[in-house]
Amino acid sequence: MNLTVNGEDQTVSAKTLDALLAELGFEPEFLATALNSDFVPAEERADCVLNEGDKIEILSPRQGG
Amino acid sequence: MVSFYGEEVQSRILLGTAQYPSPQCLADAVKASGTEIVTVSLRREMASGAGRGGFWDLIRELNVKVLPNTAGCHTVKEAVTTAKMAREVFGTDWVKLEVIGHHDSLQPDVFGLVEAAKILCEDGFKVFPYTTADLMVGEKLLDAGCEVLMPWCAPIGSARGPVDPEALKAYRAHFPDVPLVVDAGLGRPSHAMEVMEYGFDAVLLNTAVAKAGDPVAMAKAFGEAVSAGRTAYKAQPLAPRDMAVPSTPVIGMAVFE
Repeated sequence: MNLTVNGEDQTVSAKTLDALLAELGFEPEFLATALNSDFVPAEERADCVLNEGDKIEILSPRQGG
Repeated sequence: MVSFYGEEVQSRILLGTAQYPSPQCLADAVKASGTEIVTVSLRREMASGAGRGGFWDLIRELNVKVLPNTAGCHTVKEAVTTAKMAREVFGTDWVKLEVIGHHDSLQPDVFGLVEAAKILCEDGFKVFPYTTADLMVGEKLLDAGCEVLMPWCAPIGSARGPVDPEALKAYRAHFPDVPLVVDAGLGRPSHAMEVMEYGFDAVLLNTAVAKAGDPVAMAKAFGEAVSAGRTAYKAQPLAPRDMAVPSTPVIGMAVFE
């Protein structure tokens, strides 16, 4: 399945957001996720089914003003 | 003491955490400023984990409140989604709401700002809106549920200081009971002191400290200026006069001929 993860094209076998994080080597602690511009809470990642062409954002704490 | 959404803090300076020369410099500047609230953001994480944990660990060790921002968001949708992501990661309902409308000046899209504020307030967020010093926009933000207003005094990072003092004074007068924070545009401690002398409750700044030659010393200077400005406001400064008025008594003056 082809996805866009943080703006980059990715081909993955994961079927859920939870599995995607594991497949791409993200450690889920202190990450926030969004699917097609909608927030996906951590507890819903395991049930969040991915589809061809989905856009996923994976964010973490950074410096800010 | 100033209260934001029922949480009281002693310090009246809110400090950004971006652009410092090093993590240690950031930590030292936060301590030198005396701030109890720092702003943070969310950005894309790399799968490699580069930088993972270090920044957030540093902030947590500082034992300050965090105010996540929605910096860089240009639409209501972006800002609302970013705020929800920040609430989960940072574990706070507080959000510094930015909906940027103009690329060059980074002036807020005040229409989108009010719309996003309404959505977030209804969802339980405690919104700190970065806005212009427009009274009617301020009223709309209060109607949306905001209990704090944060007008700019000049474009973000410009270091110009209060370019329209009368607008800021009118803002203070129009919202006498609302916690008001001047956010963006401060360049020097004297700018911060000036807006505190107008009666603002606090200031929020980042670049003026982080990009100073000595950020830690500048953080200390801003902290002192904010404190001095507040003290001066409470002491009720003398109004300017058009003509000279002698300060030394004229009665009893010796006559020499």
